[in-house]
Amino acid sequence: MEFLKTMGLSIQNQVLGMKWLSKIIGNGLSAVGVDLSSRIGGSLQFFIYDVIKITILLCVLIFVISYIQSYFPPERSKKILGRFHGIGANIISALLGTVTPFCSCSSIPLFMGFTSAGLPLGVTFSFLISSPMVDLGSVVLLMSIFGAKIAVLYVVLGLVVAVIGGSLIEKMHMEMYVEEFIRNARSVDLESPTLTRNDRLVYAKDQVVNTFKKVFPYILAGVGIGAIIHNWIPEQWIQMALGSKNPLGIFLAVLVGVPMYADIFGTIPVAEALLAKGALLGTILSFMMAVTTLSLPSMIMLRKAVKPKLLGVFIGVCVIGIIIVGYFFNALQYLLI
Amino acid sequence: MDIKVIGTGCEKCGKLYDNVLEALKELGVEEKVERVDDLLEIVKLGVMTAPSLMVDGKLVVSGRIAKVDEIKRFLK
Repeated sequence: MEFLKTMGLSIQNQVLGMKWLSKIIGNGLSAVGVDLSSRIGGSLQFFIYDVIKITILLCVLIFVISYIQSYFPPERSKKILGRFHGIGANIISALLGTVTPFCSCSSIPLFMGFTSAGLPLGVTFSFLISSPMVDLGSVVLLMSIFGAKIAVLYVVLGLVVAVIGGSLIEKMHMEMYVEEFIRNARSVDLESPTLTRNDRLVYAKDQVVNTFKKVFPYILAGVGIGAIIHNWIPEQWIQMALGSKNPLGIFLAVLVGVPMYADIFGTIPVAEALLAKGALLGTILSFMMAVTTLSLPSMIMLRKAVKPKLLGVFIGVCVIGIIIVGYFFNALQYLLI
Repeated sequence: MDIKVIGTGCEKCGKLYDNVLEALKELGVEEKVERVDDLLEIVKLGVMTAPSLMVDGKLVVSGRIAKVDEIKRFLK
């Protein structure tokens, strides 16, 4: 047992966390005369290490994930979901949400496709909540930074929010708040194109290149902000705003996070730095959930498919769910870290 | 041949459209390529990911930018 535990820890720290990389960079910087104990030196080490680490993780992860995702085009997820009913459908929907490729630009066709196929509204919303919130990439990233326990719990709670949120929307019978043109659309079942293994590999490679191009500025910005927090912002400030001294820290984190549009790869370095400076775990995780799940662009998109009332309920359900998850993590923090 | 490039006018859809035109040119085939960018029309076709390519009612590319060589195979 002890052996397994040591092995698990070393995988977490050395393989996923890449502590060795930080060391190499530190040695390299010292060799060219940078003082690592100085603020600028420390920031520099953190910045270079984090950019390289996240870039490597991003490329490997997106490749593996895209390969898996190529088996689950939304057309197929729709067909699978048609076979389930009740809460089971919500659970499968939330799970499929994590493996179906998703970007906010395809949320409307997806919403319309699901609805016109006669899937219950709640099932569609379970999907729309879990898809951006709990994606496969975020799991491995969380594991590399916060450890396996927190990553697994994050996924489970994210899925719970998606299932309960979807079910709640279902219970409120809000079908009439879906725009007419969607309700009137007829559904067509399409055969998805058959892909060879080579097609999938090419798809996965293209996804890596495209995602990298799209996300790299966010990573630089995220790590930059992280480096500033890490070395320049006084610990007391962060503890005051986001630590145990502020019971409303979670509300603050969610309020700031909701309208923001950023990628999980960009938010993680900020989260990492805040945690190191004494912000509470739940506060940080709810910030990350808020940033990834809701954003102004995706709300504007969704508004085209649903009426303001349903959009409001959707946002409300997500925000409340995220806040509850935040408090849950804060309460359990002493057990997790 | 009935060729449709499907997607709500995002940058990726434009690229797929260009690739289809290029593929037709290389094959020396004169065919009209229809761009479907109306959401309702897209749903009617049953497509849920953009950009997609449909040839004679069959979905051949879904949610990605296919390369010219690949598209040529679908258009033969």
